[in-house]
Amino acid sequence: MTSGQDERAETGTVFSAEIHARAKEIVARYPVGKERSALLPLLHLVQSEEGYISPAGVQFCAEQLGLTKAQVSAVATFYTMYKRRPTADWLVSVCTNTMCNVLGGQAVYDALSERLGVGHDETTADGAITFEHAECLAACDYGPVMTVNYEFFDRVDPDTALGVVEQLLGGERPMPTRGARLCTLKEMSLQLAGYADEREGAVGEGTVGEPTLRGLRLAQEYGVSAPGFDPYTPIGRPREQKEAK
Amino acid sequence: MTAPSRETLAKLTPVLTKRWLSPDAWRLDVYERLDGYAALRKALDTHPDDLIQLVKDSGLRGRGGAGFPTGMKWAFIPQNDAKPHYLVVNADEGEPGTCKDLPLMTHDPHALIEGAIIASYAIRANRAYIYIRGEAVHAARRLRNAVAEAYAAGYLGRNILGSGLDLDLVVHSGAGAYICGEETALLDSLEGLRGQPRLRPPFPATHGLYASPTVVNNVGTIASVPHIVLGGSAWWRTMGTEKSSGPMIYSLSGRIVNPGQYECSMGTTLRELIELAGGMLPGHNLRFWTPGGSSTPLLTAEHLDVPLDFESVAAAGSMLGTTATQIFSDQDCPVYATYRWLDFYHHESCGKCTPCREGNFWMVRVYRRILSGQGTLEDLDTLLDTCDNILGRAFCALGDGATSPVTSSLQYFKQDYLDYIEGRTAPMLSDKALVGAH
Repeated sequence: MTSGQDERAETGTVFSAEIHARAKEIVARYPVGKERSALLPLLHLVQSEEGYISPAGVQFCAEQLGLTKAQVSAVATFYTMYKRRPTADWLVSVCTNTMCNVLGGQAVYDALSERLGVGHDETTADGAITFEHAECLAACDYGPVMTVNYEFFDRVDPDTALGVVEQLLGGERPMPTRGARLCTLKEMSLQLAGYADEREGAVGEGTVGEPTLRGLRLAQEYGVSAPGFDPYTPIGRPREQKEAK
Repeated sequence: MTAPSRETLAKLTPVLTKRWLSPDAWRLDVYERLDGYAALRKALDTHPDDLIQLVKDSGLRGRGGAGFPTGMKWAFIPQNDAKPHYLVVNADEGEPGTCKDLPLMTHDPHALIEGAIIASYAIRANRAYIYIRGEAVHAARRLRNAVAEAYAAGYLGRNILGSGLDLDLVVHSGAGAYICGEETALLDSLEGLRGQPRLRPPFPATHGLYASPTVVNNVGTIASVPHIVLGGSAWWRTMGTEKSSGPMIYSLSGRIVNPGQYECSMGTTLRELIELAGGMLPGHNLRFWTPGGSSTPLLTAEHLDVPLDFESVAAAGSMLGTTATQIFSDQDCPVYATYRWLDFYHHESCGKCTPCREGNFWMVRVYRRILSGQGTLEDLDTLLDTCDNILGRAFCALGDGATSPVTSSLQYFKQDYLDYIEGRTAPMLSDKALVGAH
């Protein structure tokens, strides 16, 4: 391995003692000898410090796991969520996969792109927003959707999407349709590294959307249920009896 | 809008989705009041082999798309082999159209955890992982909170409920790669590598995570387990068909009045589902749809009465997949829809094998040419020829899946292609419109 000291001198980044401690916690989640499993969360961790995967971040991960920088870079460049250039506090993603696309997602993308003056995977001149198109975000019943730092804004059209972006540009934090109130991309990256959302009440925030409940509402309204459920149904011989055999 | 008929309403079988109506079911105390962890206590009093038999008897098949019998998968794990066993939950939901696992993990995370503990006990695993899609941040937030609650309550950790079972459960966030939904790519990703599929055999049952015996199951599959443990296999089989038992969450999106999640007895038809969803949107007539995500060949209005179970959909020339029914109308263009899906597969191809990496790259370009009004008749042969070189020759199902919309749209909607090529349809794309291609 090359000298970590030299790398840090080159990139000017020194990760704090806290980050070193967190890295150890992350590695400890995985079995002894299988520490490499910690690489994805470690990459999220360094992204939570720098907003992207910098050469120093690659070096840091490599040192934690005894890998080469090439091994770490190979992984970092494979995944869409690891950003290779400095990224803004607000990552705005518009789904342009088929369903959202035909329901108006492409028009939303085009409108935001024009307003922000940037294209896919680019950051606005003032550094406020990084913009991208996304592939299917698993919310097709709410389409077209966009996300800010991966929190959903449902059933957007160009006007509502522009409204969200204007709020972000004005320093406000628009409330997602579902999910918790927004945090910065760096803060979100720490959660992706496996840490709890420490904000008071954040876990409980967000409502259940009507599409999610649609079938249940019908069943409730018309008194339909899965018939014949008895939680005391016998399912097999007791454990002791079988083991005693 | 007329109400659905009594017969159609009777298809609704809320089981996995039932607790979503309770807004705080993500909290342990609420979950416990709603039968939560009762299945775990019952399971821990039962011999693990009998649990595997129970799941076999239930006929439960994987909810992630392939429909492999779950009990059989569990039984493949060699016992008394002195190797650690692992349970890995595939929560990397990303198949276009699919949106059932995210709400489940967000609104009922303990159901997945309880299922994972029972499954781990059955296959004798002491470590389990939930590999959740990176972008699913709120679901992961709820899930991590639920795992912490479960540890604090003694449902995870050492000597669970005094049973002697030790289990550690880690929620592991991915980082944006559709291919990681493929189980061996997921395992590589979980080992800290690029998410690329592995050659099989050996299968994960013997050489999975860390080359040890591993069960990889979808979220819906594992979340079904506590219900089967409580209600029994015979009850489970009262829903669905003989070979496709149980309830299934049908995810409806597109040109219908009420898109959303409809948990119904397996084998419900699209006609019935559309009825439940309040019908097609005014002014829209059904033209094409996916029975289970974009990797399943398109079907048409001719197929409205196909029972949506594994066998019947296969007999109709498609696949049940993830029961993500994306519904398109006569106002949607099947050529453009296919182009967008192809662009997705091209972007998500991991690059490991040539047919998928190159085939999708070139097919996207052919589609652009057609949609720009510059296509030729030869292009259609090129598309079919390319699909022929991908299907069955790609390393994994991603490549195979990419050919599904191409071949099926050419089968049912060749005239739409010809209309672009022969100038009857105005070009859909210009160079400026080609955003999203990168």
